[in-house]
Amino acid sequence: MKFTEEHEWLRPEDDLIVVGITEHATTQLGDIVFVELPEVGATVLKDDETVVIESVKAASDILAPLDGEIVEVNEALAENPALANDDPVGDGWFFKIKPSDPSQMDSYLDEAAYQALIG
Amino acid sequence: MSDLLQTPLHDMHLTLGAKMVPFAGYNMPVQYPMGVMKEHAHTREKAGLFDVSHMGQVIIRGADYAAAATALERLIPVDILGLGENRQRYGFFTNDAGGIMDDLMLANRGDHILVVVNAACKAADIAHMTAHLQGVTVTPVTDRALLALQGPLAETVLASLNLAAADMRFMDVATLPLNGVSCWVSRSGYTGEDGYEISVPAADATELAEQLLSHADVAPIGLGARDSLRLEAGLCLYGHDIDTGTTPTEAGLNWAIQKARRTGGTRAGGFPGADIILPEIAGGAARKRVGLIPQGRAPMREGVLLFAQVDDDSPIGQITSGGFGPTVGGPIAMGYLPTAQAATGTTVYGELRGKRLPLTISPLPFTPANFKR
Repeated sequence: MKFTEEHEWLRPEDDLIVVGITEHATTQLGDIVFVELPEVGATVLKDDETVVIESVKAASDILAPLDGEIVEVNEALAENPALANDDPVGDGWFFKIKPSDPSQMDSYLDEAAYQALIG
Repeated sequence: MSDLLQTPLHDMHLTLGAKMVPFAGYNMPVQYPMGVMKEHAHTREKAGLFDVSHMGQVIIRGADYAAAATALERLIPVDILGLGENRQRYGFFTNDAGGIMDDLMLANRGDHILVVVNAACKAADIAHMTAHLQGVTVTPVTDRALLALQGPLAETVLASLNLAAADMRFMDVATLPLNGVSCWVSRSGYTGEDGYEISVPAADATELAEQLLSHADVAPIGLGARDSLRLEAGLCLYGHDIDTGTTPTEAGLNWAIQKARRTGGTRAGGFPGADIILPEIAGGAARKRVGLIPQGRAPMREGVLLFAQVDDDSPIGQITSGGFGPTVGGPIAMGYLPTAQAATGTTVYGELRGKRLPLTISPLPFTPANFKR
């Protein structure tokens, strides 16, 4: 698993990458009450605003970590946004992307580097 | 952030694991480890303890209560003279344009008036009163904390410290010993629930708060849930839903201006902006504050522009408070719309992230009030 400095986690699953946000992020955001997921089939570029999440406090954008095609989104999360708080690296995943350039993964942090980042 | 002020309960907040944020110049708890959603629900179901010591407590003293009341009525369009002893009323300072300078609570405490104002406005309010009130003294109370105990079990909890708390009705005030300390208690709050606000000497505040928190049904509640609770209760937040550019009638606050101060009343007018406010009470205002329920799931917050039709060019109003209502279980908001386009049940459109999304104009409050009248 890899991590972005924006507190996303990226988990390879066959030729796809599953994307969500870390427990550190959900703790900082507080209770999440709304998640707007991208359309399945959408093509995104790295750093495109791809997901909107709203906590009780504020709205935040989640950026696409990679170029690629959105192949699946977590409909259960849209139905129950609290999943992102309850199980951020499991049932609280956001979307699965088919990367067009898998080497973009190389620039991201490994777990030790991410843990160092969040102190 | 070292210049932020601290309330007398600051160390307790840190011990409780609060997340602290700057608010109106104070370092305040926005939430505790329980989190906003659970804190909100706990207050609606049991009892929540809030630190509201940042708010301004001010004593107005004249030759007697009537002298102080008469003086204060020059700045506040409320029947203060007719307020019974040991009773409290909601009110506001108005300006010459009929706008609201701050909203407040005022209490008849026998030989003086206790005014409680918003933290962000308190310096201006004190200056305003000091400059314009004649024949009275204006004394900021700087040595007391202010706690709010809110929720359906608040009565049981406070009565465990002093049985007389249970005998108070909504908007009664009393001086009650709690924990051996003389406290100024009112049966009021900002959540839509039954409850109390308790002014306690700063040196005794933490011990009283800890005693209240030791009750199994009481949890500490931060400013985050305070905001979602008051929004569901349809209560205005100064600087957002009301400000110097909103009149009492626009804000739906005519009820706070009693008959004695209205046209034809025994002490009609005589406050700043009366020439604007009194005709509006009689004839209505061009716009009004309404409740709004987004038809989708996305919260719409302060500043979202409102349109009559999905493709209109010009907005007709905007949201002044909005977010997620944990008890409602969905997004809620308040905002201003032209009175002619503000009928309950009407659909309007809010612009969110470039999309126009529908909202339904809804009655306020969103959750029923549970006051003990």
